[in-house]
Amino acid sequence: MMTRKARRLWIVVVCGIFASTATALMLVAFRSSLSYFLSPQEVLVKHPRPGEMFRLGGVVQVGTVVMSHRDGKPFTRFRITDGQASIPVVFTGILPDLFRQGQGVVTIGSMARQGGVFRADTVLAKHGASYMPADVEQALRASGKWNPKFGPAPNAATWDNKTPQQIAAAKG
Amino acid sequence: MIPTWGHFALALGFAIAVAQAMIGLFGPNLRNPAVLRAAPALAIGQFVMLAASFAALVWAGVVSDYTVKNVAQFSSSTTPLLYRITGTWGNHAGSMLLWCLILALCGGVVGVFGRSIPTSLRARVLGVLGLVSAGFLLFTLTVSDPFVRLWPPPLHGAGVNPILQDPGLAVHPPILYTGYVGFSIAFAFAVAALIEGRVDAAWGRWVRPWTIVSWCFLTAGICFGSLWSYYTLGWGGFWFWDPVENVALLPWLTGTALIHSAIVVEKREALKTWSVLLAIATFSLSLSGTFLVRSGLLNSVHAFAVSPNQGLFILVLLALTVGGSLLLFAIRAPVLAASGMFAPVSREGALILNNVFLCMIAAVVFTGTMYPPFVDLLFGLQLSVGAPFYDQAALPLVAPLILAMAVGPLLAWKRAAIMPALMKLWAVGLMSLLVLAVVLLRGHAIAALALAGGVWVVLGALVDLGERVRLFRVPLRQSFSRLFSVPRAAYGAMMGHLGFGVTVLGIAGMATQVHVITVLHPGQGVNLAGYRWTLERVQDAPGTPAYAARQAVIDVTRGGKHVMTMLPERRFFTAQHTTTEHAAIRTNMLWDMFATFAGEDKSGGAEFRFNVHPLAPEIWLGGLIMALGGGISLTDRRFRIGAPSRKRTPVPKPAGTETA
Repeated sequence: MMTRKARRLWIVVVCGIFASTATALMLVAFRSSLSYFLSPQEVLVKHPRPGEMFRLGGVVQVGTVVMSHRDGKPFTRFRITDGQASIPVVFTGILPDLFRQGQGVVTIGSMARQGGVFRADTVLAKHGASYMPADVEQALRASGKWNPKFGPAPNAATWDNKTPQQIAAAKG
Repeated sequence: MIPTWGHFALALGFAIAVAQAMIGLFGPNLRNPAVLRAAPALAIGQFVMLAASFAALVWAGVVSDYTVKNVAQFSSSTTPLLYRITGTWGNHAGSMLLWCLILALCGGVVGVFGRSIPTSLRARVLGVLGLVSAGFLLFTLTVSDPFVRLWPPPLHGAGVNPILQDPGLAVHPPILYTGYVGFSIAFAFAVAALIEGRVDAAWGRWVRPWTIVSWCFLTAGICFGSLWSYYTLGWGGFWFWDPVENVALLPWLTGTALIHSAIVVEKREALKTWSVLLAIATFSLSLSGTFLVRSGLLNSVHAFAVSPNQGLFILVLLALTVGGSLLLFAIRAPVLAASGMFAPVSREGALILNNVFLCMIAAVVFTGTMYPPFVDLLFGLQLSVGAPFYDQAALPLVAPLILAMAVGPLLAWKRAAIMPALMKLWAVGLMSLLVLAVVLLRGHAIAALALAGGVWVVLGALVDLGERVRLFRVPLRQSFSRLFSVPRAAYGAMMGHLGFGVTVLGIAGMATQVHVITVLHPGQGVNLAGYRWTLERVQDAPGTPAYAARQAVIDVTRGGKHVMTMLPERRFFTAQHTTTEHAAIRTNMLWDMFATFAGEDKSGGAEFRFNVHPLAPEIWLGGLIMALGGGISLTDRRFRIGAPSRKRTPVPKPAGTETA
């Protein structure tokens, strides 16, 4: 028969083991499954390695959406912009209903080996028609293109859209 | 005129809530029973006022009174009546009012049905509820007023978001909110117990039915939400680990733990402090669930747009409620009498194990949900935690929970042996291993483990029932008659476990789903899961004033024989310029055939996504069984009759109230 004290000690030890297991599990999972959100401009500055998964968010640039088929599957090319820079994106699969030109999207995927093209595995658009994903909104604000205080986001087609070379020139 | 009356009723409700809080919290110190009796009356009055106010808002929606900004923004002349009504809570301000209404309902229900509770405890419970209510009503009245008027009124309303025009989603928020807010009663009981400085078996028995009610609603609410995303979002996803889903799951996890720990309080007078903490944590998580999302802190696809001062107000309210109750807990918890003794291998030991695992899972989900906003706040880094994190960190914790789930109910109270319980489960174990082996051979490792787990839990629950009626140990007829003497609470618990097992089976089945994305011209087809899916034609479908529709006719055959015709649609909502996919889903309750019509191109081709989802219906069937189990448990004899009475043992008086 254990004493009360010994039993309490056991409970503390067992709980400690459980808690550290949970922490260890989380740390391991964190290492492999965190994905960063980058705006097009940040992509040009940070140069994520090809194959490294991240989220690319911004507005679908008006006039850049080209839909076609590849191997019997829908294949879409478009550009995502934050007003400062724009990144070409390719996506194989079905786009969400609310995917539209000039609308905020978040895509998940990685950079292709060549051509600075982002290969999206997933494209997310939002339920509401007037919606702007919060991280996209922040990117737009950071680029100085939009302040939500002054009404809805301007049409993406009217945005000044510098090319990667121009950005590089401005930096270097 | 009616919206003005509604606004007035809302303000009156706030005044009553303040009075209820004052009388409930300070009344017990006055030693005047007449004052205490006012608390239930005030709670009922508050509910009546808020009901009137809510009715006024619904009325404004029904008659399309566009002078009310809320109606003008979220309703239109082409919106069907049902969605004009449900549109009331389909937006921020309206849903806040619904939230407050349900909180007032909780108070009213305690006021009406809580006669068996000692007057001073009841007054304190109502006082706590009144205080919380007053805070959120103040928020509603000042920065999130649903009755804001527009002049001149617009000619046309903007209309409800088409994707929300769905019967499933129409009932989802009220059910979910009832689940969230219902935990306020357990919270109020916990805070009242901390103020009184006593928790005993009777407390456990009072708290449990309220907790079960809200747990049932929360289970059903989460189920509806998941089912809705399954059939509307077009690709059969039922859980995304989106922050909004996580914050609904969190109180569910701790609420489930609370249901189990309250049993230990009731039967063994142990785990008292822990149960109080769980009750506080569950409601705090419910509050965060509703409001962190609204404060704009959590980045979610579901977030309502809110202004910065609304967000700040909400955060302050949250901090006061959560922080205040936790502070009270820290100060007063040592006053509560120490827990009783228990052996590690016993029913109560198993229930503690259940609590440990549920809380660990909750901790993982909490970390995953809160880490990104924290990092954003501290370092300005935007990152997201996706499904792989939860799969890797939470699933290893779910596995032991599932293992223990079948064994726990077979253990006796106080002191048990593990071997006899395992012996009763040998056949179940063998079946699970068989399932594991069969599915493993087909190459689905995760699905095999999960399926085996589901079988283990489902059959384990049945063995529990078999043990109770002494199946095969007494003649069958005797076993049958024993079925009627098994307490309802035991049936409820069995169904809860059974339902969970069924849900696990469903999720496991979904892991083996197959799909194909393709572009078809009329006459062409693809093969999937042994079926031939052929596009016959694309045609215009009958629409409604709200939308026009295009429909694809898909002929599904198996071995040359016609099986079914599927008619997936695309709906074009004119008022909002929005297209939605309306998937065609056929189910036989064992697997779903799922066809989505994703669009047409200029060459006459049409894009489709065809899915076959094995066991998908079981996900929600299991949830339904769980919620039903809770309902059955509520009809148990001891909740209906024999009002629990407190033991007349002397209790150490808390220092605070004596000196006051």
